[in-house]
Amino acid sequence: MPGSVQSIERAAAVLRLLAAAPNGLGVADVGNALGLAKTTVHGILRTLHQVGFVEQDRSGAHYHLSDAFGRLGESYLDPNELRSRAINWADSLAARSGEVVRVGRLDGSKVVIVHHVFRPDDSDQDLDVGTTLPPHATALGKAVLAYDASGAARPKRLEAFTTRTITDPARLAEELATVRSRGWAGEFEEHTIEIAGIAAPIRGLGGLVVGAVGLIGRIERICDSRLRHRADLVTMVRATAEAIARDLRGDS
Amino acid sequence: MAEQYVAAVDQGTNSTRCILFDRRGRLVSVAQREHRQLFPKPGWVEHDAAEIWRNVTRVVPAALRQVGAEPGQIVAIGITNQRETSLLWDRATGRPIGNAVVWQDTRTDRLVAELAGDEGLDRFADLCGLPLNTYFSAPRLKWMLDHTPGLRARAERGEVLFGTMETWLIWNFTGGANGGLHVTDVTNASRTMLMNIASLEWDDELLAAFDVPRAVLPEIRPSSGVFATATEVLPGVRIGAALGDQQAALFGQTCFSAGEAKCTYGTGSFLLLHTGQEIVRSKHGMLTTVAYQIGDEPASYALEGSMAVTGSLVQWFRDGLGLIHTAAEIETLARTVDDNGGAYIVPAFSGLFAPHWRSEARGVIAGLTGYITKGHLARAVLEATGFQTLEVVDAMNADSGIALTALKVDGGMTANNLLMQFLADLLDVRVVRPMVTETVSLGAAYAAGLAVGYWPDLEGLRSNWHRAGQWLPNMDPTRRATEYANWQAAVQRTFNWIRPDQ
Ligand SMILES: Nc1ncnc2c1ncn2[C@@H]1O[C@H](COP(=O)(O)OP(=O)(O)O)[C@@H](O)[C@H]1O
Ligand SMILES: [Mg+2]
Repeated sequence: MPGSVQSIERAAAVLRLLAAAPNGLGVADVGNALGLAKTTVHGILRTLHQVGFVEQDRSGAHYHLSDAFGRLGESYLDPNELRSRAINWADSLAARSGEVVRVGRLDGSKVVIVHHVFRPDDSDQDLDVGTTLPPHATALGKAVLAYDASGAARPKRLEAFTTRTITDPARLAEELATVRSRGWAGEFEEHTIEIAGIAAPIRGLGGLVVGAVGLIGRIERICDSRLRHRADLVTMVRATAEAIARDLRGDS
Repeated sequence: MAEQYVAAVDQGTNSTRCILFDRRGRLVSVAQREHRQLFPKPGWVEHDAAEIWRNVTRVVPAALRQVGAEPGQIVAIGITNQRETSLLWDRATGRPIGNAVVWQDTRTDRLVAELAGDEGLDRFADLCGLPLNTYFSAPRLKWMLDHTPGLRARAERGEVLFGTMETWLIWNFTGGANGGLHVTDVTNASRTMLMNIASLEWDDELLAAFDVPRAVLPEIRPSSGVFATATEVLPGVRIGAALGDQQAALFGQTCFSAGEAKCTYGTGSFLLLHTGQEIVRSKHGMLTTVAYQIGDEPASYALEGSMAVTGSLVQWFRDGLGLIHTAAEIETLARTVDDNGGAYIVPAFSGLFAPHWRSEARGVIAGLTGYITKGHLARAVLEATGFQTLEVVDAMNADSGIALTALKVDGGMTANNLLMQFLADLLDVRVVRPMVTETVSLGAAYAAGLAVGYWPDLEGLRSNWHRAGQWLPNMDPTRRATEYANWQAAVQRTFNWIRPDQ
């Protein structure tokens, strides 16, 4: 069978076996059933466990399908878990850049802020966690919208917040293509006058985008004298997204 | 010139971390490895010290690798650790004698009662600042020497070394059986019950009371000061600090003056109030402890309110009950309901620590009705941390005579917004999170960097502290009072569960 990937075939077979065994199976059971070596089966089960498709019982001896496997269409990363994983790196980005840092993820057709770090100037600021942003008008939003293959989050009507908001679907598609090719999204007075932002997607296991991290602040601080997003800040934001992703993938 | 960093090694209850910080006190890289929790019998908790050292040898290079740093770019190592966890090892082979006995372990409860005798649990408090409790090292050390045949004789001959985890790490960093340095610092020593809290030296009366030969004990050093130059893992790099995790967090929050306080929310949670160079004795169940000592300056002291089970209750909810997959998911589950539904969980897993100090208490779920769902229980789990904090803050306020006006928080649980808001509501004060949640590591880095001149003084460090998040109180006072009264009634129901005849 040219072109097929053996390990995926085997993984599919393991999933079928587990689906048919309500009490779960051990490594040896699976190995015997499929005629595979224990180490091979162990590697497959470990990976399926890592991606959240199978679970282990308390003793660690038996594997069974996870609840999440039955709900594959739903987001696989808990928003509070995303905050826990992002917190160190988001803090570090705020300290380094001197700007407000936020982590967001898609929820329906909105971007929800799941984490917010104050600008490190000790001024009065309120936590924005739980509030929503329009995906097409913000850097955080564009950084996740660009990777939304389902199109479910694509706004039906592109509401204008300022004269710079992108309201033309064709232009938005172009903008999202730019985000994909550069790996980061910019915002320039599209949501709020005098405010600019930079955001980058956070890629979990297998490259799935689970959210975005970005900073936001006054144009004169976020952009250079030619009104382009500062390259040093872009580098910092992308490095932060990569650090969170590395944490999520479990390789440090 | 290549950037320079300080490496903090945080040997915690669940994991060992290495974090690099830059000159502005910003986190640059993190590597972490969990170690196994061994539960050989109910109430027993152990760690494999060899596994922990192996983890150190892995996380330190991993943290350097993340930023492509060479060992030459590390100006100092700062060590911080889970406190009171006790270990004996063979001086000649460097091998641990049995597992490390962890601070949560309650195997010494009978021994503690015997030691208290007619004089009571506070019989040594004047000398060491601590009540007799299974929590501290000395009863544990006595237990280990009593229960391994021939061990006390070997200890008296100097063949056996005792240490808490920072002592074990420094010994290994400096060559282990090949010339390793056997030292501790004043903060860790202040948790043993063997150090005189005023003289900062091992106390003969305490050594006699616990039947501990002096030959097993490490030399006590200041917390910040060059201990030695490492020969292992980061050869050539100076070890500039060692301090217990909670004292490190106080330092990392830059609580350098009397009256400043912080609470760290991890496996357990610990509120520490800096009391300056004065040794303050609590009348309300707080511990007197050493906050830090910088070089040959006089030591600073603190009052401490210790809560044994906070984050570990979330872990129990995850691993013991299997109701969530990750600790953070407890917030998602808790938000499926609006309140606790009348349920309260008092997690007296290893008795109750501050302000009660009841070793014989065991946990309860109170107010259970058919109405309660797992969502309510998730709330009760998080609220338990809030209520325990309120008890400690009340006691601390009573001791110090000044009411806390804001609470500085740090640690893994501060990622939980529901809990942080509940804390603000319940305590009726602002709750403030600094820009470095890993304050334990930051404090160890600060203390080490000061020792080698990477940072000039404490004032400079203060300017690195920034507010990263803040929660404001917003709860009706009557509701607050009712909730607290319910909690207190639940606490009463945990008392006297373990009875002397059992
Ligand atoms: N989002 C969260 N909500 C509640 N508890 C959490 C969350 N994240 C981590 N924890 C708890 O915090 C603890 C880990 O925090 P940490 O500061 O690393 O502790 P330690 O240093 O004591 O090991 C664990 O007990 C875990 O259950
Ligand atoms: Mg810790």
